[in-house]
Amino acid sequence: MIAHQDAMLEVKDLTKNFVKRLDLAGKIAQRLGSDIRDETVHAVDSVSFTIDKGEVVGLVGESGCGKSTLGRMIAGILPPTAGGISFKGVEFTAMTREEGEAAALAIQMIFQDPFASLNPRMRVEDIIGEAPVIHNMTDLRGRSNYVGEMMEKVGLGREYSRRYPHQFSGGQRQRIGIARALAVQPEFLVCDEAIAALDVSIQAQVINLFMDLREDLDLTYLFISHDLSVVEHISDRVVIMYLGRIVEMAPTDEIFDRPNHPYTTALLNEVPRLDQRGIEYEPVSGEIPSPLDPPPGCHFHPRCPHATERCGVEVPVLREIAPGRLSACHLNGQ
Amino acid sequence: MSGNGPTLSVCNLETHFFTRDGVAKAVDSISFDVGKGEIMGLVGESGSGKSVTGFSILGLVDPPGEVVGGQVLFNGDDLVGLDDEQMQGLRGNRIAMIFQDPMMTLNPVLRVDTQMIETVLAHDKSISKDEARQRSRDALGQVGIPSPDERLRAYPHQFSGGMRQRVAIAIALLNKPDLIIADEPTTALDVTIQGQILYEAQKLCRETGTAMIWITHDLAVVAGLVDKICVMYAGRIVEQGAINDVLDKPVHPYTVGLLGSVPGHNTRGERLFQIPGMTPSLLNLPTGCAFQARCPRADDACIEEPEITQPVANRKVRCFHPHLQEAAE
Repeated sequence: MIAHQDAMLEVKDLTKNFVKRLDLAGKIAQRLGSDIRDETVHAVDSVSFTIDKGEVVGLVGESGCGKSTLGRMIAGILPPTAGGISFKGVEFTAMTREEGEAAALAIQMIFQDPFASLNPRMRVEDIIGEAPVIHNMTDLRGRSNYVGEMMEKVGLGREYSRRYPHQFSGGQRQRIGIARALAVQPEFLVCDEAIAALDVSIQAQVINLFMDLREDLDLTYLFISHDLSVVEHISDRVVIMYLGRIVEMAPTDEIFDRPNHPYTTALLNEVPRLDQRGIEYEPVSGEIPSPLDPPPGCHFHPRCPHATERCGVEVPVLREIAPGRLSACHLNGQ
Repeated sequence: MSGNGPTLSVCNLETHFFTRDGVAKAVDSISFDVGKGEIMGLVGESGSGKSVTGFSILGLVDPPGEVVGGQVLFNGDDLVGLDDEQMQGLRGNRIAMIFQDPMMTLNPVLRVDTQMIETVLAHDKSISKDEARQRSRDALGQVGIPSPDERLRAYPHQFSGGMRQRVAIAIALLNKPDLIIADEPTTALDVTIQGQILYEAQKLCRETGTAMIWITHDLAVVAGLVDKICVMYAGRIVEQGAINDVLDKPVHPYTVGLLGSVPGHNTRGERLFQIPGMTPSLLNLPTGCAFQARCPRADDACIEEPEITQPVANRKVRCFHPHLQEAAE
């Protein structure tokens, strides 16, 4: 892949395995000749991409494809099994303590469920104000003013700062979560299904808020979602994942107008759209395979209408098929 | 059973919840018909009363809620006021319901065949257990579950989310109901699996003539599936009509706003239209039109309660200031 000059974030061969170790009974059974072994889930399998400053990258996939795990590794919540993440050109593992702290502050995450991600026993001013005081962005005297500014930035009145999370609606709670992330002056936001739990009219308000903040604060986003229409609306570039691997990566216009990978095509066909009426649904056959035991070769081949023998044996490489467009499919090589 | 009338006809149905803080009118005088083989979409945001409507039809509203008025005519007979025994004879038999979370509908400690055979035998004592098993097997096959014979002997946790929802649909189908009420059945599923379920639902209504009410918050899902649509806001149906009419030429300001706020193909990178404010609490509704505080067209007239009017052909709307020019174009 081409190394970008102004890449803000670079992910290289990033891998995350979750291993379920055998318990004592299992170990004894194994000694006695049973063929049970540790179970390994390859949640993220050697994923590489870069995100430029100011860009909004949409990360799309179905449940279990590893998109949230990837987001959590980038936000520094989960340690990777292998591979590296560099922020502004410095590898996470090579950072000094100060650099690491700065990077941890600069990358903030916004979570899916605004009901579970806010401490119900803290007042809004403490939820938003706790971190900036610890990191010397404001002091105790300036705190309430600082919190007020943050709340106004996300469209909440500052008079609500003494309230508890349960006194807010879902959309307002998500705004509190956004204000909490913004309070430490981040440059990069990882939004993990940040609007999935909201009603349609509230969803539109929060999407607009994200777009305004991007302009006002010069933010870069990794926008993780299963909802293709939201991703199409908000992103500059889209990454599609299937069972831990990237299958296609391209600018938004191109991927939605001319999808390359059969999985992308299938996914786009399945998205319900307002302008499609009385359609005959032609579903993709089959289930999403278990990540515990993914199919060999191309993970998508058991469900793919174009699969050949080669697809069941050889893992397709993600390679450039046009400038800025990458796809992992054997059909491109022919 | 009446031959020609609609399968279900709801007239001025009212369901209220009597809470400590006052009376919440969760369903406030709504009326609609669903014909044989017809799919109706019931769309609204959370708290708009769409699920309570489904529960009211089935007589599943628990205290402090109560159906306080109106009629639910099912094949011509009023269901409101039937006693528990009579309702039990209908539920799972002539009327079935599919819920959002299939893990909540299926009993986790019973095998799928036990649960399915029970459903058949509960409503038809004359059938033998083998026949019931055969019918269960056929129902599983009908919703596209591979190797139904083996799957009958599995427990719910051995199925994936999409497969579980299929089992729930198969159970709903067992007694060949006249009406299925589906409450957000695809919300918890992935896009490709959602496509499969929509495909099965569509096929089913066409083949068997079952009427269906599809409750959802997702306008894009109903766009491809249903024949007609009711849009609910704060317990009332604010607009109803044929799906193409409503989506192409919405008349009620709430429908207009809702359609404008759906992101997608044509909005790439642009600002979305947003309805200001948030859904009002049912306990604290303004007098008159419930949407007035968020409505760009509201004026003094809106403090009165809007009646149902027919501003354009085949459309019922509750609004004083409908978008008429746009609809006429």
